Amino acid sequence: MTLLALESVTKRFGAVAALDALSLEIGAGEFFALLGGSGSGKSTLLRAVAGFELPDAGRVLLRGQDISRQPPPARDVAMMFQSYALFPHLSVADNIAYGLRRAGEGRAAIAARVAELVALLALGGMEARRPRQLSGGQQQRVALARALARRPSLILLDEPLAALDSGLRERTGLELRALQRRLGASFVMVTHDQAEALALADRVAVLEQGRIAQVASPRELYDRPATRSVARFLGAANVLEAGTLPLGAEVAAPAYALRPERIRLVDALPAINGTPATVADLAFRGGDALLLAQVAGGPLLRVVLPAGAALPEAGAAILLAWDAAALAPLAA
Amino acid sequence: MTRGVAWLALLALVAAPLAIVIGMSFSTPDAGVPPVVPPLGRAGWQGSWDSWALIFADTFYLDTLLRSLRLAAVTAGLCLLLGFAMALGIASARPAWQPALLALVLLPFWTGFVLRLTAWVGLLRDHGWINAMLLRLGVIAEPLPLLYSDGALLAGMVHSYLPFAVLPLAAALARRDLAVEEAAADLGARPMTVFLTVTLPLAAPAAAAAFLLVFIPAAGEVVIPEMLGAPDSMLIGRAIWGEFFQTRDWPTAAALSTALLALLLVPIALYQRLSVLK
Amino acid sequence: MRRVLLVLGLAFLWAPVLLLAGYAFSDSRVPFEWGGFSLRWFTALANNARILDAAWLSLRIGAAAASLATLLGMALGWVLARHGPFAGRPVFGALAGAPLVLPEVVTGLSLLLLFVGLQALTGWPAQRGAVTVWLAHSALGMAYVAVLVQARLAGLDPALEEAAADLGASPFAVFRTVTLPLIAPSLAAGWLLAFTLSLDDVVLASFVSGPGATTLPVYLFSQLRLGMTPEANALAAVFLVVGAVLSAIAWVFRRRAG
Repeated sequence: MTLLALESVTKRFGAVAALDALSLEIGAGEFFALLGGSGSGKSTLLRAVAGFELPDAGRVLLRGQDISRQPPPARDVAMMFQSYALFPHLSVADNIAYGLRRAGEGRAAIAARVAELVALLALGGMEARRPRQLSGGQQQRVALARALARRPSLILLDEPLAALDSGLRERTGLELRALQRRLGASFVMVTHDQAEALALADRVAVLEQGRIAQVASPRELYDRPATRSVARFLGAANVLEAGTLPLGAEVAAPAYALRPERIRLVDALPAINGTPATVADLAFRGGDALLLAQVAGGPLLRVVLPAGAALPEAGAAILLAWDAAALAPLAA
Repeated sequence: MTRGVAWLALLALVAAPLAIVIGMSFSTPDAGVPPVVPPLGRAGWQGSWDSWALIFADTFYLDTLLRSLRLAAVTAGLCLLLGFAMALGIASARPAWQPALLALVLLPFWTGFVLRLTAWVGLLRDHGWINAMLLRLGVIAEPLPLLYSDGALLAGMVHSYLPFAVLPLAAALARRDLAVEEAAADLGARPMTVFLTVTLPLAAPAAAAAFLLVFIPAAGEVVIPEMLGAPDSMLIGRAIWGEFFQTRDWPTAAALSTALLALLLVPIALYQRLSVLK
Repeated sequence: MRRVLLVLGLAFLWAPVLLLAGYAFSDSRVPFEWGGFSLRWFTALANNARILDAAWLSLRIGAAAASLATLLGMALGWVLARHGPFAGRPVFGALAGAPLVLPEVVTGLSLLLLFVGLQALTGWPAQRGAVTVWLAHSALGMAYVAVLVQARLAGLDPALEEAAADLGASPFAVFRTVTLPLIAPSLAAGWLLAFTLSLDDVVLASFVSGPGATTLPVYLFSQLRLGMTPEANALAAVFLVVGAVLSAIAWVFRRRAG
C-alpha cells in the first residue's frame, strides 16, 4: 500500500532546481533511504514532506491525501533532525511529551505514553535530565522517542547517525532498523553514506541534481546500478565503456559496471571478458587488498583481491578476467 | 506585525527626534526665548541659516568641535591601549577566573556615574586626598592645582569609558583560536613576533570597534568636563548644553548637534559595519 | 607583563572608588579626611528625604523603562535576526543601533524637541516629567536589548523551532514554549542593562525631565557641583555593596544554569 507519494515535485532556489519534477512512491511499513551527495536535493525532499519547504509545482500525498499546502504542525509526519534539535531547556520526559502536550492529550495519557517510550528506547532513569547531560547515543534515542510519541504515519530521519561517533554508528543503525521492524513504522531516511543506506533500508533511492537516478533494493542497486554515476557512487565500481575491452555481455549497452571484487587474477587470458594489464599500485588493507591495474591504451581498473591471495609486485604484468554475469549494463 | 511595531518604535523614538533636531537648526534663533513655533510640520520649517552662519562665523564653535574630537580621540586611544592590555590579561587567565576578572572590571561602576566623578573631585581638589597625602609626606609645600585641568578631565574620561573597551576586546580575545598562535610559535616566531604578526592583526576589527565605541559618545561628553575639566576649555557637549540650558538658544543648540552628528556620521557608519547590527 | 598591566588597570578602576567608599566610615565632616570610625553618614543618608525620594523615583523609572525597553528591544532584535533582507533593512539596522553610540547630548536634545513638538501639536505630554524620562530611557535601553536578543536568536539552532512546529505546535506555541524560554537569559540581561543605564543617566533626564521629577543622578549632579558631603561617600558605599551582592547572585545563577 502506498503511504507517501510525490508527484512531479519541483522546488527551485533561484536558478537551481533542488527538486526537478521528482516522483516517488513509498509504501507503508517500509524503511526507505534517500541517498545522495551534497546538493542532490535529498534534504530538500525531506523538508518538503515535513512541510518546511513548499514545492513550486507538484503534489505531496500522504495516504492519498494532498498535504502539499499544509503547514508542518498539521502534517501527520515527524522528523528526527540531524542535530536532534532537542529542546535544551526541557527535561528528557518533557521533550518526549512536547508533541503530546500540543495535541492536548490528558496528563495521564501523556505520562503513560512517555513511560512506554522511555522503556522502548532504554532511557530509564534519565527522564529528569537535560539533553546536554546525555551522551550522543542517548540524545539520538530521545530525539527518536520524541518523533515517535504521537504515532505519526511517517517518521523522517535526517542523517540519523551522522552526529554519532564512528564506533557507535553501526550498532545504533542496526537498533534503528530493529525498532522500525518491531513497530511496523514507516521510516524515510536521508543519508550521504552509501554503506548506511545499503545496510539499513528496504529500498534506496539515489538522488542526483534533484532527480531520482535509481530506486531499487540494496542488493539490486549494488549489483545492477542503472547509470555510470550510480555505479561510481555505490562502492566505486569500474565503468567500462563499450568497445574499450572485449566484452561478452548479454545486453548491448553504452557502458558496463564491473565490481572491483568480481575481477580475478588468472594464468591464461580468455578470449573475451579478460585483459592483460600492469600493476600500477598495490595496497594491503587488512581484510583485502586493493590493486590498481593499468590496461595498456585502456582504463585504470580497481581490483579488490581477497586477503589470502598471492599479491603481484608493483610494475608486474598480470592477466585479469571476470564472468559475463558480473557485467551490469548501464543506461547512461 | 512585529516589524510594524519595531519600525514604529524606531521612527518615533530615533528617526523623528533626529529629524526634528536637523529641522530645528534652520529655525530663527531668538536668544533667551525657546521657540514659539513647534519644531514639527510645515510651520516648523523656517528655512533660516542664521544658526549655521553663527557657527561658521565664529571660530569659537569650530575650535570647540575640534577640541572635542581631539579629546575623544585621545580618550579612545588610551582606553584602547590599556583596555587591550587588560583584555589580553583576562583572556589569558584560566577560564575559571575570567568571569571573576570581568566582574572586577564592572563592579566599580555600581557606585554610579556621578559618584565616581565625585571620587575624582575628592582625590584631586586642592584640599583633596592626593594633595593631603603629598603635603603630609613633605613632597610638596603647597597644594598642586590638580582639579579642573586637562589631566583631571582625561583621568575621568578614561576611568568612565575603559570598560566599553575592555568588554568587547576581552570577548574577542577569549574567542580566538590559540592554535593559530601556537602554529606561529612552532614556525619559529618569538612571543613578541607572534603578538605583532598574529594576535594583533586578528584582533584588529574588535580593536577598531572598541576605539569607536569610546570615541563616538566621548565626542559629545558633557558631565565629565563639567565636573573635572578646566572651565575655559570649551567642548561641544558643554556648548550644546550651554546654548540649551543657559542661553536658551534652541536653534543654535540644534545646529551644533547636527554638526556633531555630521562629523560623527563616518565613525558611526564604520562602527555599525564592525558591530553585530549589520 | 600582561598580568602587570591588568593589575594596574584594575587598580586604576578601583582606587578612586574604594577611597570614596572607605571614607564613608570616617567621622569627619570633610569628605576624604579621616576622623575616626563612624556610621553617622549612613544615618544622615537614611534621614535625607530628598535623596530617598529621588532614589525611589529613579528605581521606578528604571524598572518601567527597562520593561518597555525589553519589549521593544525584543521586537527589534527579532526583526534583525529573523526577517531577512527586507526593504529598508539597512536603515532599520542603522536606526536600531544609533542609540548605542549617539552622544547623550544629541539624543537628549532630540527627544526633548520631540516631546515639545508633540505637545504643541497634540497637547500631549502636557508637562515633562517622569513619563518623558521613562520614554527617553526606554529609547536608549531598547537598542541594548536588541543587540543581546539578536545575538542570541542568531546563535539558536533553527531546527529547534522547526522541531516544535513539526511536533504540532502553532507559531504562537512555538514562540511561547521554545523561543521565549531560550532567549529568556538575554531578555533578563537586557532588562538589567537597561535598568542600570536608566539609574545612571544624567544627561537624558536633564533634558526631558520637568519640575518635580528629579531622578537620583540629576539630583546628585546638581548637589555635588556645588560641593560634596560625606553622605555621597555613604551612598557610594551602599551602591558598591548592592552591586557586589547582585553580581554574586548573577554569578551563582549563571553557574547553576551553565
